[in-house]
Formats: sequence, structure tokens, C-alpha cells
Amino acid sequence: MTAIAALPHPVRASSVFLALLRRDVRVARKELAFFLVRTTMQPLLFVIVFGYLLPKMNFVGRGYQTALLPGILAVSLSLSAIQSVALPMVQDFGWTKEIEDRLLAPVSTQLIAAEKIVAGMLQGVIAAAFVLPIARLVMGPISGFTFSHVGELVAIVLLGSMAFSSLGMWLGTAIAPQQIGLMFSVIIAPMLFFGCAYYPWRGLDAVPVMKYLVLVNPMVYIAEGMRGALTPNVPHMPLPVVGVALVLIATIFWSLGMRSFYKRAIG
Amino acid sequence: MPAIETRALRKVYPAPAAPKRKRGAAGAGAATAAVPRAEIVALKGLDLDVHDGEFFGLLGPNGAGKTTTIGILTTRVKPTSGTAVVGGADVASQSVQVRQRIGVVPQRPNPDRSLNVIENLTFHAAYFGIPLSASQPRANQLLEQLGISDKAYAKVDEMSGGQQQRLMIARALIHEPQVIFLDEPTVGLDPQTRLSLWEILRHLHGEGRTIVMTTHYMEEADKLCDRIAIVDRGELLELDTPAALKQRAPGGTLVEMSLSGDARPLVEPVRSLEGVLRVETQGPLLRVFSDRGGRVISPVIQTAEEHGLSVANISLTEPSLETLFVSRTGRKLD
Repeated sequence: MTAIAALPHPVRASSVFLALLRRDVRVARKELAFFLVRTTMQPLLFVIVFGYLLPKMNFVGRGYQTALLPGILAVSLSLSAIQSVALPMVQDFGWTKEIEDRLLAPVSTQLIAAEKIVAGMLQGVIAAAFVLPIARLVMGPISGFTFSHVGELVAIVLLGSMAFSSLGMWLGTAIAPQQIGLMFSVIIAPMLFFGCAYYPWRGLDAVPVMKYLVLVNPMVYIAEGMRGALTPNVPHMPLPVVGVALVLIATIFWSLGMRSFYKRAIG
Repeated sequence: MPAIETRALRKVYPAPAAPKRKRGAAGAGAATAAVPRAEIVALKGLDLDVHDGEFFGLLGPNGAGKTTTIGILTTRVKPTSGTAVVGGADVASQSVQVRQRIGVVPQRPNPDRSLNVIENLTFHAAYFGIPLSASQPRANQLLEQLGISDKAYAKVDEMSGGQQQRLMIARALIHEPQVIFLDEPTVGLDPQTRLSLWEILRHLHGEGRTIVMTTHYMEEADKLCDRIAIVDRGELLELDTPAALKQRAPGGTLVEMSLSGDARPLVEPVRSLEGVLRVETQGPLLRVFSDRGGRVISPVIQTAEEHGLSVANISLTEPSLETLFVSRTGRKLD
């Protein structure tokens, strides 16, 4: 036999991981404009209506914007992290089967899933970073907004994007393609509206039942965490509580997403 | 060391969820509720050895277990029991090593549509740890060899079905695998494209690669493969070279007739006709193996009519893999 029969040298898992990530970055770059429109349109419309029009009409006080902005960033981050993993998963496993070439890569199936989650995290961060300056421009100066708690901000962003990217992996591999529309109306929409994104959690002191009910919503913790890191003067959930909750949520969604991906990938 | 070795390979799929829903449906009878959820046994203990450098064919009708076999050998389906070793690595415990040694051409082209043609190849190579400096020239060479080099920078969607299938072959080869799997590679291709694909496969085989191909086209298996395994309903029925298999086919031309009623009463009288080697029946279907070609047709029809049966349809098949298959499985391939 010729060189073909020679046993191939083992491939480093890290180099395969980077190649997979490079592929997703390449594809995301090609579709950047569509991606941003798809994932940031909704939060930006909220910025215009609630962060600009309503304050102009004096329906809400100036302080509302300070509470709103971190929530908007949380929504942008989580929504795009979910979508950028869930939608390709639904398509790939549902009908195109395009992911097959990656499932044949000589690494563990879990690593392929992990790469998808990391790519989703990146896209979540990009969406939030895109929304921030526009929101700031539309709303004008935001009192009490600060970048001084960088450490906390990075931790919240990492944990939050991981939690929601993993949620996207779980939803994208567990939901039947025909029911993807249902995902938005039954899961995503309530999560947004009861996620303390458009109002601070402490504001729910006025409705105690809601205050405790919304605690099952993972969105609450990233919105409150953003508030704690970016607008610490707005009353918010203590950051250590947020941190523990996000670690827990990320761990649960991660393992659910991993398991569900594996089930779809290996028959 | 054989390229592939399977022992008592078995795959059982859990029953589909459908009967459950039926049970809940209004008006579902007690009979439906009593039916146990039947599992689907796709493979019933398959033993196969594929030699290094061999062009191996898995031949069988839809549902024979071909795709499940390929799925297990390419690490995408977990066997229920038994073992399978590909390129010296176990598919269950060493799946990463197996993947490193194989290239797979899927039943339906599934290129990465977000990438262009050459990126499909260079990224796939990167998933196997091959740097762009090495994969780029190799990709160009493969596209050239497969006659699609003019599409290198095209979108995948701009390619025809046949061109996409060639891209799949290039992708399966970019990382120089030891074993190439092709699952029904010519289904849905026009005859001309199929012939040119055959040329490509012959060429790859000539380069000393081990090729495992599933097909339900007799001619394809006959013309390309060194050895053929005939599988049906998850079992291996025959395994040999095409020539040996054809010799094993029941002698003579197969004359198949559909009758207006049960064909069993005809077995004895037809067997005594001149030139008839063997008679088989299956409901209203009468199969006569004849060493006098089609000349037995008219006496057989006469016998049928004497028994009050009329003939609705007649077909003739020369001794071939097809006649062997029919006699072993009781049904035709397509």
C-alpha cells in the first residue's frame, strides 16, 4: 500500500475547535448585516419608543432610561445568543443536514456542540456592543451609567451569554422544526416581557406575587446583573446572588444543550 | 488487518412515537391499544470483513439496513450490540480515531451552503487539522480531477445535483482517508452523470483506496465492486465476487407472471413442463426458471388457463444478480 494507508497523525482537539470557530466567524461575517437586523431590531425599537418617545411625552420619568438601558443590552445579548445557535441547529438537524461535515470531524461530539455555544456567545456580545452606542445616541446622556465595574460586567456578560447560548442549543436541538414559531411566542416572548428587562426587579415590590414568580425566568438575572454592573445606582438584585444564579442556569442549560445535541447527532 | 470488521453487529431502533398518539386519539379501538410498541430491528447480527484496498458493495432494497450499517461504520449511529472496527479503531470506543480515517459521501449532497465550493473543502480539511497551505492546492487538484474546477469560487447553490455530488466526493477525499464510504451515491443522477461518477470511483479504487458503497442498483454493484454483500431485512444473505454470485444464481432465465389468482396449484403441472428448472410462487406471482428462455411462456400460460387462471403480466430476466436476489429474498430490488 501507498502513503494512503499510513496512519494519520492525531489531530489536536484545540486546532479542530479553532477551525470550527473560524468557520462560524466567517459565516457570521458574511451575514453580519442580516444578523444584526434580525437580532437587534426589536431592542432598538424598544429604545426608540420607551427610551426616547415616552420620556419626550413625559409619560415616564428621566430615571426610567437609566433602568431601561441595561435591560435592553441584556435582551440584545440573550436574544441574539439564543437565535444564533437555535436557528442553525433547527435547520441543520431538521432538513439541510449541513452540519454533517462537522460531525465527521475527528473530535468528540461534545466539543462540536461546545464550539457552537461559544460562537453563539460571541454573537451575543457583538449584538449588545452594537446596540449600546445606538441606544446611547437615541436616549441622550444616561445619568448614573458607568463602565467602572469592568470585572463585574465581563463576568455577567460571559455567564449570561453562555447561559442563553446554551439555552439556544437546547431549544434548537429539542424542538421540532415545525414548532420553531411556537418557540418565539411561547418561550421567548414571555421571557422578554417578564424578564425585568424593561423595568427593574425591585420595581416589582409593587406586585409581590410577580416579584417572586419572575424568579424562574433566566432573563431576570442577566438584566439585573447588567444593572448592577452598568447602573449601580438603580436598585437591583445583589450581584453575588445574580452571579450564583447565572452559574447555576448556565450549568443546567449547558448540560441540557449538550445532551440534546448528542442525541440528535448520534443515532 | 482488514479495513473493516464487524461481528454480530445489531441495531434496534426504539418504536416510533406514532402509536402512542393513536392510542390517545378519540375512537381508537381496544385492538390498537393492545398492540405492543414494536421495535425496529434494522440489523440482525451482521458479520462483515472488508479487505484493505477493496471496492466493497452493500446491495439491498430500501430498508435492508444498508444506511444503518454505513451509519454505524461512520460513527454516526450507535450499535445496539456487537462490534465494528474500521481502520483498526473501534467505532464505539474510538470514534474519534475512526473519523480520522474515513471519508463519507452522503446519500443526498449536504454541502455547507454558507461557504463557497473551495471553502467547503478547505474548511473540511481544517476540521482534520490540515492547514490552508496544504489544503488549498489539494482542493484545487481535486476539483480539477472531478471536473468542477470552474466552480471553485461559486456558491454551492449554483451547482447542479451531479456537481454537488462530485463536491461531496472531493470533500470525502480532502483529508486523505483510508476508507471511503458512499451511501447510494448515484441515486437521482441522470445516466450520463452516473457513468462519469463510475469512472471517478474506478479511478479512486485504482489508487488503492478502500471503498464501501451501498446501492440498490444491481448493475452498479456488478460493474464496480470486487465483492458484494447482499443484505435484506438486516441480514446478510450472500457475500462473494459478482462473478461467483452470478454463478450461484438459479440457472436459466427467470420468467415472472402475475396471475388472476393463487399460483400454488400451478407448481406441480408447470414443473413437469419441458425446459422448466424450478418453480416458485408467492400469492398470485409465479416464478419459473427456464433453460429455454422465453419459449416456456406459452405452455405455462396454457397450463394456467387450464386451471382457470389468466395472466396479467409477464417479465423476463436473464440469469444475473437480480435473479439471485429474487430467489433469495422473494422480491425484486426496486
